[in-house]
Amino acid sequence: MTDSLLSGPEPDPAGDAGHTDAPPRVGFFTDTSVCIGCKACEVACKEWNAIPEDGLSLTGMSYDNTGSLGASTWRHVAFIEQSAPPAAAQAPAPEGRTELPLAADPPAAGGEFRWLMSSDVCKHCTHAACLDVCPTGSLFRTEFGTVVVQEDICNGCGYCVPACPYGVIDQRPSDGRAFKCTLCYDRLGAGLEPACAKACPTESIQFGPLDELRARAALRVEQLHAAGVPDARLYGHDPEDGVGGDGAFFLLLDEPEVYGLPPDPVVTTRDLPAMWKHAGAAALSLAGGFALSFALPALLRRKGRR
Amino acid sequence: MTHEAPRREGTRTRRRRKGEQLMVPRAEFRSYYGRPVIKAPSWAARDIAGYFFLGGLAGAGSVLAAGAQLTGRTTVATAVKVSSLAAVSLSAAALINDLGRPDRFAHMLRVLKPTSPMSVGSWLLGGYGPAAGAAALCAVTGRLPRTGAVATAAAATLGPAVATYTAVLAADTAVPAWHGAHRELPYLFAASATAAAAGMALVVAPSRESAPARCAAVLAAVADATAVRAAERRLGMVAETYREGRAGRLLRAAEVLVVGGAVTAALGGRYRSAAVAGGLALLAGSACTRFGVFAAGIASAEDPAYTVLPQRAAQGPPPSP
Ligand code: SF4
Ligand code: SF4
Repeated sequence: MTDSLLSGPEPDPAGDAGHTDAPPRVGFFTDTSVCIGCKACEVACKEWNAIPEDGLSLTGMSYDNTGSLGASTWRHVAFIEQSAPPAAAQAPAPEGRTELPLAADPPAAGGEFRWLMSSDVCKHCTHAACLDVCPTGSLFRTEFGTVVVQEDICNGCGYCVPACPYGVIDQRPSDGRAFKCTLCYDRLGAGLEPACAKACPTESIQFGPLDELRARAALRVEQLHAAGVPDARLYGHDPEDGVGGDGAFFLLLDEPEVYGLPPDPVVTTRDLPAMWKHAGAAALSLAGGFALSFALPALLRRKGRR
Repeated sequence: MTHEAPRREGTRTRRRRKGEQLMVPRAEFRSYYGRPVIKAPSWAARDIAGYFFLGGLAGAGSVLAAGAQLTGRTTVATAVKVSSLAAVSLSAAALINDLGRPDRFAHMLRVLKPTSPMSVGSWLLGGYGPAAGAAALCAVTGRLPRTGAVATAAAATLGPAVATYTAVLAADTAVPAWHGAHRELPYLFAASATAAAAGMALVVAPSRESAPARCAAVLAAVADATAVRAAERRLGMVAETYREGRAGRLLRAAEVLVVGGAVTAALGGRYRSAAVAGGLALLAGSACTRFGVFAAGIASAEDPAYTVLPQRAAQGPPPSP
């Protein structure tokens, strides 16, 4: 099954990348239903990874002034202000957490007001398009099953940027090289958890072995459904999906696109064999076209002479 | 800051464009404040679309040159070999210029990765460039005819791959207008490369040697138009990005120039002035195709609708509430 290396379920990405005796695959489970939008994760990430400042201008669209993930934003907290129909607006009862004033007093007309907050991050895909297309080998799979860029190898070609189906990785304008979340590779090596998970005050960001996280997430969804939050759903947890499952997956309270996530992303290298096949056929037809172009005039001339 | 009456954040209202009717009615969908879902490549159009064009001109030119050589059309063979060398040199310069860190171009040759069209392309160029160079130098100086013949054959063998791999390079991304057309793009690029090489031959060759170029121009024009239509059919709503805005203007110009150039060359190609006019139109048309496809890709990446709606459509109808 060679194509399982390009798409589909892959139980052991670290092993397939050549790591022997790899530790269990780790990742993030981000439970957005308890996120309070404090941005501690964004700040902790910047601090620990010494990421440069990337503009202090306000976006003006919401309390989100970061906008999106980028070369210098490896965690991004999305803020969605919604007026939802009453049924959908049932946020889980706050368990002793700080309540946001807006969520506490809903406006009367047109259903209830609610805030959705979600800390987004690189998905550390099982089939990572960024890694597949990188021509220098600068992007690699770690022994923990995560995806990391080596700064000293990246040559700034920028191919990984449009390849990522989630719009995560980006080039730093001043520098040209690509940067993204490393899942704190340096901390993992030292037996620590990533800085964002450590800093998260509500345990919205949970770190651990992926299997454990998946089990925990399934429980949490059940719990929320039972508590009357029918819109709770998991995103990126399924190893059968277009990227073979995400190493960082989410519990969302609305459709993925509301959070700026693609509803059904596919690793484009899945279609690479077909692309090479068509390119080969096209190359042959180019050669054939020219052969015909040389043969036809010769034939016509011969006919003309006869 | 006050928020006005509850409005669905990020709900997209239908864009209105002056005097232009959308081909496919746009479904309502929600997005995060209308921000793009994927990141558009930060490649400069001049460098990368220019590279697509020059690579096609060079690669297809090498095939034409080899055919001309074999059939004793030496003037056109030499001229096109020189144009291929010039095009491949310029295209390499464009590629290196587009890296943020040109000094690190050598990292491209650290590994050979079949999953990375850019890696495959770098190695292809590494083989093709010297062959095209040797073919041109031997032809111009008249020295080392045997080496020249081998180089001509090598360049002609690698040429078609150089002309078409760039389609895979574009298609192996999450950019909806490129990935969605991954089956058709290689044929479009092959046709466009053929048009460019035929155009170049018509411009530089004496009329008595240009019959094959005229024939190739007609084949290229037919294939070009067919491939664009096939791509648009498969792309569904994403085909809008090929018809509207900058991409639409470029691709319409491309069609007029390529078809016009081929017809001019076919009918009037025995006259030097008509051949040159047709050749220039073919070259310009081929360039417009590459810049048009490039622009369509950027437009499709910048609008979240082109990422979200096709993925939703592929999933089937949403579960009823
Ligand atoms: S989310 Fe994007 S950047 Fe992260 S591993 Fe997947 S493809 Fe790469
Ligand atoms: S920009 Fe760097 S990491 Fe991204 S594909 Fe190019 S070499 Fe690889």
